[in-house]
Amino acid sequence: MASASIPVYNSSNNPLENSSSHNDPAVTLDVPLGAIGRVEKMGGASSRGENSYGLDITCKDMRNLRFALKQEGHSRRDIFDILFKYAFPLSHGLLLFAYLSQEKFEENGWSVYKPMEEFRRQGLPNDKWRVTFINANYELCDTYPTILVVPFKATEEDLRKVCTFRSRGRIPVLSWIHRENQAVICRCSQPLVGMSGKRNKDDERYLDLIREANGTAKLTIYDARPSVNAVANKATGGGYEGDDAYQNAELVFLDIHNIHVMRESLKKLKDIVYPNVEESHWLSSLESTHWLEHIKLVISGAIQVADKISGGNSVVVHCSDGWDRTAQLTSLAMLMLDSHYRTLRGFQVLLEKEWISFGHKFANRIGHGDKNHADQDRSPIFVQFIDCVWQMTKQFPTAFEFNERLLVTILDHLFSCRFGTFLFNCESARDTNELRSKTVSLWSLVNSDLSFYQNPFYTPESNRVLYPVASMRHLELWVTYYIRWNPRIRQQQQSPVEQRYIELLALRDEYLKKLEELQLSDSSPNSSHLSNSSTPNATSPTQHITHLHTPF
Amino acid sequence: MLSSLGSAGGKSAKPSFVSYVTPEEIKSEKEPSRKEKHPDLLPGEVVFCSASTVLKYTQDDLSQRGVFGALLCTNFRVSFVSDEAPTEETGQLFKNKLYGENDIPLSCVDNIYGGYEDKKKLITGGLVKNKYPSKMIIHCKDLRVFQFSLSFSKEEDAKKIFQGIVHHCLEPKSLRCLFAFSYCENTSYPEVQRKKQTVMFDSVEDWIQDMKRTKGNCRVVSENSNFELSPKLPQFFIVPSNVSDEDLTKYQGKGLPMWCWSHHSGCALFKTASIPLVQEDNVPQTYMEKMLTAVAHNHLYSVKTEDLSDTLPAVQDILLSYNKFKQFFLIDNTTEFWMSDMKWFSSLDNCGWLDIIRQCLQKAVEVVECLEKENTNVLIMEEGGSDLCCVVSSLVQLMLDPYYRTLLGFQSLVQKEWVAGGHAFLDRSNHLHLKDKAESQSPVFLLFLECVWQLQQQHGPAFQFSETYLTVLSDSVHVPVFTTFLFNNDSHRDNILRAESPHTQRSPLNCPTVWDWSVQFDCKAQDLFTNPLYSEKPKQDTSVRKSYRPKHLRQLSLPSSAFKTPPKKGFFKDEADNLKKILGVKRLSRWMLSPSSESPQTSSSVREFYEAWQTKPLDYHGLLLPCLDGPSIRVWMQRYLRWIHDVQILGGGPVAMLSKVSEILGEVQELQRQLDRHGCTLTSNHKGARPRAKTASVIAARSSVRLSSSFPFVTSRNWLFKPAIPTSLLQSLMVTGMAGNLADREDDGGGPESLV
Repeated sequence: MASASIPVYNSSNNPLENSSSHNDPAVTLDVPLGAIGRVEKMGGASSRGENSYGLDITCKDMRNLRFALKQEGHSRRDIFDILFKYAFPLSHGLLLFAYLSQEKFEENGWSVYKPMEEFRRQGLPNDKWRVTFINANYELCDTYPTILVVPFKATEEDLRKVCTFRSRGRIPVLSWIHRENQAVICRCSQPLVGMSGKRNKDDERYLDLIREANGTAKLTIYDARPSVNAVANKATGGGYEGDDAYQNAELVFLDIHNIHVMRESLKKLKDIVYPNVEESHWLSSLESTHWLEHIKLVISGAIQVADKISGGNSVVVHCSDGWDRTAQLTSLAMLMLDSHYRTLRGFQVLLEKEWISFGHKFANRIGHGDKNHADQDRSPIFVQFIDCVWQMTKQFPTAFEFNERLLVTILDHLFSCRFGTFLFNCESARDTNELRSKTVSLWSLVNSDLSFYQNPFYTPESNRVLYPVASMRHLELWVTYYIRWNPRIRQQQQSPVEQRYIELLALRDEYLKKLEELQLSDSSPNSSHLSNSSTPNATSPTQHITHLHTPF
Repeated sequence: MLSSLGSAGGKSAKPSFVSYVTPEEIKSEKEPSRKEKHPDLLPGEVVFCSASTVLKYTQDDLSQRGVFGALLCTNFRVSFVSDEAPTEETGQLFKNKLYGENDIPLSCVDNIYGGYEDKKKLITGGLVKNKYPSKMIIHCKDLRVFQFSLSFSKEEDAKKIFQGIVHHCLEPKSLRCLFAFSYCENTSYPEVQRKKQTVMFDSVEDWIQDMKRTKGNCRVVSENSNFELSPKLPQFFIVPSNVSDEDLTKYQGKGLPMWCWSHHSGCALFKTASIPLVQEDNVPQTYMEKMLTAVAHNHLYSVKTEDLSDTLPAVQDILLSYNKFKQFFLIDNTTEFWMSDMKWFSSLDNCGWLDIIRQCLQKAVEVVECLEKENTNVLIMEEGGSDLCCVVSSLVQLMLDPYYRTLLGFQSLVQKEWVAGGHAFLDRSNHLHLKDKAESQSPVFLLFLECVWQLQQQHGPAFQFSETYLTVLSDSVHVPVFTTFLFNNDSHRDNILRAESPHTQRSPLNCPTVWDWSVQFDCKAQDLFTNPLYSEKPKQDTSVRKSYRPKHLRQLSLPSSAFKTPPKKGFFKDEADNLKKILGVKRLSRWMLSPSSESPQTSSSVREFYEAWQTKPLDYHGLLLPCLDGPSIRVWMQRYLRWIHDVQILGGGPVAMLSKVSEILGEVQELQRQLDRHGCTLTSNHKGARPRAKTASVIAARSSVRLSSSFPFVTSRNWLFKPAIPTSLLQSLMVTGMAGNLADREDDGGGPESLV
């Protein structure tokens, strides 16, 4: 298997026949095996009717493929077996493709994110916040990274005590600090309050240390869940921070639903856009999927976090385990607050940090190489996050250094298994599987061809907080991702605006050059200045056209 | 502060005024002056009544500001003059010269509500009998919402201004009372030279020129120049060449096919007012058949007809749908806005407005298909022939003819199809509030602009005019100054303008048309009308209408068995049945049957046509078709959301990108001028990239200021650095009934593992 997309899909050289391709030129489909969610046989040897016998392939990237085969001689048996085996290597004791790939790139994407460097960029450690290596061997929390930032006043012993009171040991740690007002975003999992309403003095004191660090009067705890769910969690030992126990904190529920609701929502969305876009009452159908409504809730949650931080108040964000909704909220809020994360490399850091290192369970949520398509752990949480980012780029088309292509590429390789970036659930599992030495990072691909992912309209504005408008009036379906397989959606390589802009940039450069030449020939006394075919002077003097500002 | 208010207004705040604005929040820096304030009145403008110490307040932003000032009603507008010194901070870029941001032209008033305590009541005119409301809420046709509190004014004044505004905005009036007449009598409005201007289609030359341009060969009728034939017919028009003199006047113009546009293949688009067919009366039937033959003779003996009354919504339905639609944007307060947010998509769907837009576009595409693919003549008809016929015929021309996508071309199109075409602008807008005309009110022209906006959204670089231009044009319909929108047809206009003339019989009153944009905007503001994405067609291949052989001509030699009469369907009636009688079998053998007319569903045929077009490379100077799929038909954000504070994207929106394009375009143009000064002839080998000489970079000039998505309608002044956080998130828990058990489940099965 030399490539992630094996050639069996090419109808010209394999027994599969694309149903309508008899006279048409051969249709070539390029589907990474990693994107396959489910392979099924349809019809039997006795099935009647055209195209009733064949294979049905459900993909994770919003499309279904159907291949009709000839019934004679069990033609599909071999292809089915091969496909089933290689699409789901982990279920067959095989390695994921990322471990087989021999790809080489100029850049090494694994060096994009260095936790210490990132904390230093934020101005950490300082007199209020310290770096701890307590989790160096994943002993405190096996789903956290090794390097954590905690309140300066909290001792290692404190951390261990708090650890017992937080679900899966995911204690509150710092994600981001505001340079001026020193307000922080901390993330964690739910407290283990339980039915009896247990309290933990250490946890209470620890949260108060977070509040104290910049003199915040009241620490705001954002519980991403709907309050009913938070209450219900008490039955299984979880819960939320009660008023009486955490006197200096206010608790806000953000009403974002769980992974199961999101999975069903996207499934419904797929139903109305694939293979055909629902025609009648499109908007009502769209509404009934609730997909954009969920997006709205996530974005407005993040806006509230960012707004609090801007106002100088520290916040703690959690959901149940702190690896799904929490990651969405912290990373979106950071994207709003910190322009660095809106650059091409900064965005990579954001993903590496908030999603990958803090243990969003990519392996379970995506089900890389796993045949169990109905696994209840699967959920498009990360897809939803990227959709939120896309909504932001739509609303602020000049604020992001990267373009839509980067977002689509990220989602494609979320499934493809071509790169190691999104494999495994947490850092400890990645270490065990020697991910960084044995696989290539997605950022190696991206950073070797940065210009492809650049937004020409990008205008850097540091210190600018972006507040998107979380109203349904402005949220739109990401047609170029979810409906990109529909032939009627015109796939434009470039938006007309982008195209025009690049054309004009080229024209300006050409005119500038011409003008330079002309002024050069004007200044030399004997040249006839009307010739515009004069060869450009290789060493042009530093000619400035003063009234023009050329930022590029 | 409040006590000073009391003394000035002569009346303290009544306890019944349950204000959303607490007195502490009212920020009025100065004591209101006793002196009556007036806005700068326009020529011919007269103040009817006024009241001072009126509080204009908003609940749209978080600070809930109120401003005191005088409220006036003139013969042109309702005007609020703030007591605060005008904060001329930014030198508002996009200022309308006729009315300011606190002015509402009388014809722009849509609805007036009286606020009694916490109730809101629609005022329908007449005298308010019982109690005067303490608040007045005005919804405007350009979707602004004004809220005034009258409880600080003298009771007498409050009554007077309220009654005055209600009277002048809602009561029936005569056409002569519209501001245009007193304005024009008092303005020496310069006759602009017609060169390089909009083609007005008010002379026979204009019509001849347009027919020549499209290479049509029909008959130009100029016999009606003084409305001798019929006052219902336009002054000048074009009919198929086979139409005889006596045919012209038979049914007062009903049934007469009016030429709209000729396709380069020779076939043409005609429109007509349908004749109501009376049973047992064969005369109109015979006349119709004769007219159809005349149309068919225009090209290849082919004609398809379409009765738009049967297939598109009636004008009353259009009004009903729009009335529901506009309510989503006339927002009194923030809470109301966010409450409606969750059900936004289904509300939008249910009001049907987008669907009406889609239907009109689809109908236009069907006509385009007939002209472009089948090369048959098309005759569209409806009762009256000047509503949906205008919508569809103008859309067809926009899709097929790049000339109409230029700014002047578009204005000429509106002149041709709508103004000369006899769209009853006056009745449709019901500026006069005549009770017997209430039925005929309908935003048909707005519907057309909506469709244009959809096209422009999908194919931006094909249009020379901008979204802002369309929005401003849609607003201008409600500014009662322009002759363009004040009349029902040519003879109506002619009559009135002559009658109103202060001078001799020979020179009618000279009024501006809406196309005289300098009446409303200065040059800088007008620059925002051009689309920076547009580039002119490169000079080298100007042959827009290439000679082109329609494929189906080959089929002429097909055996006659191929030409079955298609079954009648609800769309495009092939007039084969009728023509069989008239033209005889021999000629019928030349009758073309398109493959699409056999397909059972129009939409599927349209879709195929669209898909075939889509596979070809996109030429912005060629045929343009809209995508009609669900996600492609959208809400005209700029027009509808511009005044709603909570949805303004500060520093974002498409304008952020367009301003960068404008910026660079400005630089390129400047460089070009410098190069021209050097006498350098530019080899414009960049296809279409050479920009128009005059597109200035107004937006660019303001690039230092952050624009919002409401640019240019709302300036940066009201900026709050607080994000809008949706309220009422809790109320809208949508999971009830849906996936309820899923919502209750844990993310990762079981409880936290550390629980023992």
